[in-house]
Amino acid sequence: MAETPSLLQVSDISLSFGGVHALTDVSFSVNPGEIFSIIGPNGAGKTSMLNCISGRYQPNKGSIVFKQQELIGLRPNDRCTLGIGRTFQNLALFAHMTVLDNIMVGRHHLLKNNFLSGSLYWLGGARKEELTHRAEVENIIDFLEIAHIRKSIAGTLSYGLRKRVELARAVALRPDMILLDEPMAGMNLEEKEDMARYIIDLNEEWGMTVVMIEHDMGVVMDISHRVMVLDFGKKIASGLPDEVMAHPQVRKAYLGEDDEPSEPATESQLSGEVA
Amino acid sequence: MASAHSRMKCGEFRTTYQQDTTIFPTPLARRVAIGSVLFLLIAPSFLNPYFLNLGIQIGYYGIAALGLNIVLGFTGQISLGHAAFFGFGAFASAWLNNTTGIPVFFCIPLAGAMTMALGLIVGIPAGRIKGLYLAIATFASQFILEDFFARADWFTGGSYGAMANPFALFGFAFDNDQRYFYVVLFYVVVMFLLGANLLRSRDGRAFIAVRDHYLSAEIMGINLTKYRILSFGISSFYAGIGGALFGHYLGFVSAEGFTLLLSIQFLGMVIIGGLGSVMGSLFGTAFMVLLPELMEAGVGLIGHNAPGLTQALAYIKEMAIGLAIILFLIFEPDGLAHRWKMIKAYWKLYPFSY
Ligand SMILES: Nc1ncnc2c1ncn2[C@@H]1O[C@H](COP(=O)(O)OP(=O)(O)OP(=O)(O)O)[C@@H](O)[C@H]1O
Ligand SMILES: [Mg+2]
Repeated sequence: MAETPSLLQVSDISLSFGGVHALTDVSFSVNPGEIFSIIGPNGAGKTSMLNCISGRYQPNKGSIVFKQQELIGLRPNDRCTLGIGRTFQNLALFAHMTVLDNIMVGRHHLLKNNFLSGSLYWLGGARKEELTHRAEVENIIDFLEIAHIRKSIAGTLSYGLRKRVELARAVALRPDMILLDEPMAGMNLEEKEDMARYIIDLNEEWGMTVVMIEHDMGVVMDISHRVMVLDFGKKIASGLPDEVMAHPQVRKAYLGEDDEPSEPATESQLSGEVA
Repeated sequence: MASAHSRMKCGEFRTTYQQDTTIFPTPLARRVAIGSVLFLLIAPSFLNPYFLNLGIQIGYYGIAALGLNIVLGFTGQISLGHAAFFGFGAFASAWLNNTTGIPVFFCIPLAGAMTMALGLIVGIPAGRIKGLYLAIATFASQFILEDFFARADWFTGGSYGAMANPFALFGFAFDNDQRYFYVVLFYVVVMFLLGANLLRSRDGRAFIAVRDHYLSAEIMGINLTKYRILSFGISSFYAGIGGALFGHYLGFVSAEGFTLLLSIQFLGMVIIGGLGSVMGSLFGTAFMVLLPELMEAGVGLIGHNAPGLTQALAYIKEMAIGLAIILFLIFEPDGLAHRWKMIKAYWKLYPFSY
C-alpha cells in the first residue's frame, strides 16, 4: 500500500467554526485513478472537507498533500493550477454569462493571452489561442450533451442543466483530480444515470481521479472504488463499498434507526429548492 | 458572403467558431456600426460646430465611461473617483508634451499608461475591500487627487492650470472642431474595439467571473487580488485617454473641472447606458451630454413666457440629470443597451410578439 504514492494525502485535518467542530482529525488518501466517495449524514463535514482541499477553508490543523506538494497555505487559484477542479453543492455558475463563456472560464489557467494581447485580439495571436481552446470546450460540450444550450445565459437554465454546466466548467480545467459535491442532488432517475455515466467516463477515459460526495447510496455503491464515511466531523469508516456498508457503526450512524433517515430528507429538501 | 449572411435572422447558422466569436452579435449589428462610422467620417462636412462640439464631448467622455463600465459594470467594483483619473490623464498629457516636447500624438497614449499606473496603485485597496468600504476608499482618492491637482504646480500649474497644445500630425494641427472631430472619432473606434476584444478574451472573462461569483472564480484559477486591481488599472487607462483628448481639445486644463460631480456624471453614463455593456457606455454618454442641451433648447422655446425658467436653467439641467439617473435605476436598471436589445428582439420576431 505504501509503495504506490497517493495522489492526495489528507492528514489529521481539524476545522472548527466557533464551537462547532466541523472536522476532527480526519485522515485519508486518494490513489491516482480512483473514484473515491465521501458519504455521511447532513452536517457531517463532507463539504467542509472539500473546502479544505480546494482552499476555501483553512483548517485549524493538519496537512493536505497533493502530488507531493503541501496545499495548506496555497490560495485556491494556485491549487486549481496544480490540477484540482471542483463543482459546488449550491450551484456557483457565473449567472450572467453564457454557458460557453462559463466553460471558457475553466480554461483560464491554460490560456496565455492577457489584457494586452486580448485587447489586440487579431494582432497578438489571442484569437488563434481562443479559437483553439474553444474547440476543446466544444469537445466537452459534446461529451456532456449540452450543445443546445451553449448560447443560453447560465442563470436562466434549469437546475439539472446548471449542474451539468458546472461539471463542464470543472472538466474544462483539465484537472488531475475533480471534486464533485453532490453531483446528482435533485435529479430524477434518468438524469442520475446520465451523470453516473459521465463520471465513469471522466474517470476511465479522461483519466481524472474523482472525489465525490453523494447521498444516493445506489450510485455510491455502483461507481465508487473506495468510500469514506464521516459522521459529526469524524471519520468512522473507510474501505471498499461493501466493507463500509457492512460496518456496524456506519449502519447505525448513516443508515440509522429506520433504514434511511437522512436521504429522503435531503431529497425533498433539494427538490423543494428546485421548484 | 457578407450579403448572404446579412439576410439571416431566425436560426442564424454559423459554421466556424471564428464566425461565432465576432464582436458584433449579428451581421446587421456589424453593418450598423460600420455604417455609423462611415456617416461620422463625412459628418464634419455638413454638421455645424455646435453639433460637432457635442460629438467630440460624447467621444472623450464616452471613452472614459467605457473605462468606468469595465471596473463597475464588468468587474462589479464601485469607483467614485473616475473624474480624478480623467483629470489626471488631461494633466499628464499636457505635462509630458510641455516638459519633454514629445508630440501630442504620443503623449495621449503615454498619459493613458501613466493614468493606468496610478489606477493600479489607487486600486490596491480593491484587492482587499469590497462594497461600501471600496466606495469610501475611491471617494477618498477623488479628494486626494483633487488636492494634488491644486497643489502640484510643477505638474498641473496649480491654480493657474496648464496649457495643452493642439494635436498635430506631420505639422498638420487638428486645431478646430472639424479637424479634432476626426481625432476623437479615431480614438473612440480604437478604444471601443480594444474594449470589446478585452471582454471576449481571457482577462475580460475573468473580470466578469469575479463580478458574478468571486468565490467560484477563485476556484477556477482566477487570482482575485490581481484581477480586482488590474480592473482599476485598465479602467484608469480609458479615463486617462479620455482626459488627454479633453485637454488637447480645450487647449487648457484647470483643476476645477474634475470634481466629484463629474465622477457622479460618469456613474450616470454607465447606469443609463447599461452596466456591463460596451456600446451602452457610449449610448449613456450621449444621453448625459444631450439631455442638458435638450433642456436648454426646451427652456429657450418657452422661456419668453416664463423668464424665471431661464434663470433657473442651471438648476434645471442638474436636476434633470439626477432625475434621469433615478428614473433609469427604477424603470430601466439594465440601461439603454438593454432597451435597444428588446426593441431589436421585437423586430426580429415581428409580427409575432412572443
Ligand atoms: N462557513 C461556515 N460557518 C459556520 N459553520 C459552518 C460553515 N460551514 C460549515 N459549517 C458547519 O460545519 C458542519 C459541517 O457542514 P458541512 O457543510 O461540511 O456538512 P455536509 O456534510 O456537507 O452536509 P450536507 O450533506 O448537508 O451538505 C455543519 O455543522 C455546518 O453548520
Ligand atoms: Mg455538503
